[in-house]
Amino acid sequence: MNGITQSTALWYASRATGVVSLLLLTGVVLLGILVNRQGRLPGLPRFVVTGLHRNLSLLAVAFVAIHVVTAIADPYVTIRVAAVVIPFASAYQPLSLGLGAFSLDVVLALIVTSLARARMSRRLWRALHWLAYAAWPSAVLHSVSSSTDLRHGVLLYLAIACCLAVAGAFAWRVSHAGREIPREERAAVTLAMMSPRSAPGPEARRGSRRASADRPTKADIR
Amino acid sequence: MTYGTTVPYPAQHPAQHPARRLTQPADSRPRDRDTELPRLLPAHGAVPVDLRTHMSRYGAPPYFGQPGRLIPVLKAAQLTGRGGAAFPVHRKLTAVAEAATRPVVIGNGAEGEPASDKDKSLLWISPHLVLDGLQLAAEAVGSNAVGLYVHRNARLQERLRAAVAERAGARIDLAPVEIIDAPPRFLAGEESALASRVSGEPAMPRFKPPRVFERGVVGRPTLVHNVETLAHMALIARYGPHWFRAVGTADEPGSMLCTLHQADGGRDVAETGLGTPLRNLLTLDEGTQAVLSGGYHGAWLAAADAARLTLSNAHLKPAGAFVGAGVLVAFPANRCGIAETARVARYLALESAGQCGPCFNGLPRIAAALDEVASPQPDPRAVADMMRWAGLVEGRGACHHPDGTVRFVRSALHVFREEIRLHQYGRCMDPARRPFLPLPADTALDAADWS
Amino acid sequence: MRKQLRVDPTACSGHGLCAELLPELITLDEWGYPIVASEQVPRSLDRHVRRAVTDCPALALKLLRAS
Repeated sequence: MNGITQSTALWYASRATGVVSLLLLTGVVLLGILVNRQGRLPGLPRFVVTGLHRNLSLLAVAFVAIHVVTAIADPYVTIRVAAVVIPFASAYQPLSLGLGAFSLDVVLALIVTSLARARMSRRLWRALHWLAYAAWPSAVLHSVSSSTDLRHGVLLYLAIACCLAVAGAFAWRVSHAGREIPREERAAVTLAMMSPRSAPGPEARRGSRRASADRPTKADIR
Repeated sequence: MTYGTTVPYPAQHPAQHPARRLTQPADSRPRDRDTELPRLLPAHGAVPVDLRTHMSRYGAPPYFGQPGRLIPVLKAAQLTGRGGAAFPVHRKLTAVAEAATRPVVIGNGAEGEPASDKDKSLLWISPHLVLDGLQLAAEAVGSNAVGLYVHRNARLQERLRAAVAERAGARIDLAPVEIIDAPPRFLAGEESALASRVSGEPAMPRFKPPRVFERGVVGRPTLVHNVETLAHMALIARYGPHWFRAVGTADEPGSMLCTLHQADGGRDVAETGLGTPLRNLLTLDEGTQAVLSGGYHGAWLAAADAARLTLSNAHLKPAGAFVGAGVLVAFPANRCGIAETARVARYLALESAGQCGPCFNGLPRIAAALDEVASPQPDPRAVADMMRWAGLVEGRGACHHPDGTVRFVRSALHVFREEIRLHQYGRCMDPARRPFLPLPADTALDAADWS
Repeated sequence: MRKQLRVDPTACSGHGLCAELLPELITLDEWGYPIVASEQVPRSLDRHVRRAVTDCPALALKLLRAS
């Protein structure tokens, strides 16, 4: 194969694996939200949701690795190895690749901390895992700005679908956080659910956030 | 919020027995010095003992000069914890002393039990005995991080801070003592909830292991003792184990503070030897239908059974109850035991920390079912539901709140079974459901109530 | 000394994976929280127990040294 064909092959490989990575990462984010909300994939056991979330994230990293290696190996543009993990260290498309590097950094951190989950404080793990909501948009912006692939045709619709899906899932996630009953109130809310005469009376309610008209469900108490 | 005054209510019945009540003058008959009561409370009245009086009566705390020397003395005395669990004191001290990495010592004065007044009274009247015990315990485990965890009462905390400052000025204390505020929650005095609160978090129990003597306050090995236990330590260190064992029984030696609630509404704190017959402490006549022993995590006893029992775990445990922190209630004959149990069960449900699914799901349901049983013509499934839920919550919380609540409820279903039968026919001992058992006026509602 | 299987109820939020992965030892109560039938784990279930412990989204299922 001559140099130009080699370069073209590498370039196509990088673009293709990039698209697949984005799709996989979108799936990972959606599944992550589903795990948190204790949702299920219809007809499938609960452990499939967590299992798929973990396995797809590992698969995504594999595809991102190929995406990065082929991009570096492609002689058509010069991308320093350091730019893969250090945001904005590239001379070529610094902003776009910087977003990609940032996204990759965060994804690697999420995976490493999740593999070592049992050995770290739960609160720290949760705080770091929230960074996923920074990693995914960075990956999208990187995809859209580093090449024109996602701006036409099927890939454009795919990109829009991914964005809508994540936006919807995120809204669902956040709406629950707003309705979630703090643990200090859970027993009182359960008592109110049992029978009207057992509920704490109006004189006992001092500035509680919950309006008495709200009908809490079991899901809110979790 | 306070549960009431820190000084006990006046009793309204005659003194007939050796138990020393705060509100009555001391028995003037000549007594053996070893068996003389009171030990923790002053001989006359309820006047707080200041440092000078304390020093003239007891002298400075008898430090041993090196860590660990107090422990065999406590082992010989067989002192057990007076906070409710009755765990051997020397074993806790040994466990923390062996941890050897910057231990913390906390005196637990957060009396979350609404029916108990003894810790408040002790702290108000004899704080220096408690503070002596705290210093001796700190010396025994080699700690200089010492705190006193006290329920939220501005006057009491101010008085304690002044006492600590006075001792510091007189250079009696080995380690400085920090007064730490406890939220007014039933569970605030639970060991791991205490450790959380002292670490700066809400006072909520934690999963064990690790126990607080391994990892407690900010991860350090923590020795937690009830304030009454510390007061006994201070006296045992001075007078020795034989003196301590001169009252009480061979297996359960020593004296203890009890909170006594009489059927006529009288409420008092008394110091008595373990093994004292319950009928010497409570008036158990036809005006009393039942006795509650051990507080709201304790158990009900029929009055006739209680009249044959003594204040000892040897007697009470086979009857399904236990000594606990010495709360004894004589429940009047003309009240509805089920309605009162339902009232307390509702309080206990609302005092759940809300961390553990079985607890915040089960306890409210049990309370609601009890409320149903306490009402006229109750749903016949209520008792069966209650028993199912009771079985579901036992042992499945991070602390013993569900277990204690279930014990309390189950004993009520047994002791008040006649009352339950009456309700099924639409009758009740007290349809007005007049309250008798003491409960705080308001309930916990948000995060701030736990900090 | 074999380890004990226990649930940290303060961490558990009732996801219910453990009951699917280890039905021999874990059932769910009427509120969706796990009931561990026995703290002692038979050797034949070791692999499944390890998987259930790893997969719990709240890390509430634990294998602890006997106290």
